Amino acid sequence: MASTQENTVRARAVRKRFPMGEGYLEALKGIDLEIKRGEYISIMGPSGSGKTTLFNMIGGLDKPSDGTVYIDEVDIAQLDAYELAWLRCRKIGYIFQTFNLIPVMTALENVTLPMIFAGLSNDEAISKGRGLLETVGLGERWQHKPTELSGGQQQRVAIARSFANDPSIILADEPTANLDLKTGHDIIELLRKLNKEMGVTIISNTHDPSMLNVSDRIIWIRDGRVDRIEARSDIDINVGTIGGDVLGGVGSADSHGGAAGKHAMDRLTGEATNGGQ
Amino acid sequence: MDEQITHEEAIRRLRTDMKTSSVATPFATALKIAFQSLRIRFWRSIITIAGIFFAIAFLVSVLNSAVVELAVNPDEGSQVSGTGIRFILTLLAAEPRQAWLVTMSLIVCVIGIANAMLMSVTERYKEIGTMKCLGALDIFVIELFLLESGFQGLVGSFAGALIGAGLVLVSALVKHGFAVMGILPWSQMVINILLATVIGLLLTLLGASFPAYRASQMPPADAMRTEV
Repeated sequence: MASTQENTVRARAVRKRFPMGEGYLEALKGIDLEIKRGEYISIMGPSGSGKTTLFNMIGGLDKPSDGTVYIDEVDIAQLDAYELAWLRCRKIGYIFQTFNLIPVMTALENVTLPMIFAGLSNDEAISKGRGLLETVGLGERWQHKPTELSGGQQQRVAIARSFANDPSIILADEPTANLDLKTGHDIIELLRKLNKEMGVTIISNTHDPSMLNVSDRIIWIRDGRVDRIEARSDIDINVGTIGGDVLGGVGSADSHGGAAGKHAMDRLTGEATNGGQ
Repeated sequence: MDEQITHEEAIRRLRTDMKTSSVATPFATALKIAFQSLRIRFWRSIITIAGIFFAIAFLVSVLNSAVVELAVNPDEGSQVSGTGIRFILTLLAAEPRQAWLVTMSLIVCVIGIANAMLMSVTERYKEIGTMKCLGALDIFVIELFLLESGFQGLVGSFAGALIGAGLVLVSALVKHGFAVMGILPWSQMVINILLATVIGLLLTLLGASFPAYRASQMPPADAMRTEV
C-alpha cells in the first residue's frame, strides 16, 4: 500500500542444497524476498547462515535447487546462457569480498571490460571508464595494475567496474570484509552516494554494523531462512548511538572494532525485536 | 494490490531489450588478455611451453632418426615409404621397435600437454567466474584459452621440432660423416618438422579445450568457489 514501486528482485521459496558426504547440506531453506527499485538493502547474518548462497541466487550466479528468483519479474531459471550473460553484463553489477579484479589488466582495462562486452567502442569505453574511476576517486591511478593498488583502491576499481554498463542492480558480497574500518566506511559512503545519485538498487551482504546506517532495509538471515526484515525507520532512533559506539570502540579495541561492533549489533537486535512487531 | 506484470510480459520485454543490444565476443580483447596473461605469467608459460617442446622434440627425433636410418641403410624389402602421415603409419606397421618409440613419444605428447593445459585453466577458475559475472559469453572464455594455449602450442612445438630435428642431424653427421648430407631426403625431414608442429598444436588445443569448455559451462558461483 505504502509503496507502488516495482519489485526489481523477488525470491519465492528459494532453496539450495549442496551435496555433502552422503547426504545434503541445505544452505537455504525457503527464502522469500521482495526488493524494490532504488532500495539499499543489507543482508545480515552470522557466517554460514547462507548469505553468500543467497547472493549467488539473486545474482543469477547459481541456480536454486527449488523455488524461483525473479529479476525485473523474469524467472532467471528460464533464461539460456546467452540471456544470462546479457543480464549479468547490463542489468547487474557485482562487487566481491576479494575484489576479483582481473590481475593482468590495468584499473582502466578492468573497468572497461564489461563495456567492451556490451559492444561499446574502445574510445567510448575509455572515456566512460576514466569518468567512473574519477567518480570513485581514482582518476590518477587508471594505469595501475591491481597488485599496485591497496585493498581499498582495488575495491574502488571494482565498484567503478560494477557500474560500467549502468546496471539497475548492484550486488555486493561483503564489500568491506577485507578492508580496515576506515576504508570500509569510505566504501560504504561511496556506495550510498551512488545509490542516491544514480537510483541504482544496492543489495549488500555484510557483517559490518556500519552498513546499518545507510541501509533502507535490513534482511536478517539465520540458518538459511529470513529471520526478520527491518526497515530503517524502525531502527532510526538507535542509529546515532550505534554509530558512536562502533567508532568509539575502535580507539580502545586496537585493530578491528569487531567486539564493539558485535556488541552494538546485539543491542540493536534486542531493541529492534522488542520495539518491532 | 497494484497490478503486477505477468511473467510472459516480463520475458517479452527483456527479449525485446536484447534485440536492441547484444553481448559481444571481442576478438581483439581476447587476444590482448591472452597475451598479457602469457607475459605476466612468463615463467609459468615457459614451463608449459617446455613441456610441449620436449614432447615434440622427442617425436621429431624418433621420426627423423628413422628417415636417416632408411637413407643410410636402404633396406630392400622395407615397407616404410611415403612422407608425412603415411610415413608414420608405415613406420608403425613395419618396425616394431620404431612403432614402440613413436607410440611412446605420442603418449608423452598427449599426457604432458593435457596436464599443462589442465593446470593453466584450473588455476584460473576464479578469473573465469569473474569474467562471466561481467557478461563474458561462454564462447569468449573458450576463445581466450584457445588463443593462449594455441600460442604456447605453436611456439613450443615449432621450437621442439626444430631442435629435435637439429639433434638428429648432428648425430647423423657424427655417426656417418659429412657425406651423409648428400643422401638425406631433406624434404621428408622438413615435412616431419611441420607435421610434428601441427600435431603439437592440435594436441595443445585439444588438451586446453576440455578444461576450458568445462570452465565456461560452470555457473560463475562454482567457478569462483573452486580453490586449486
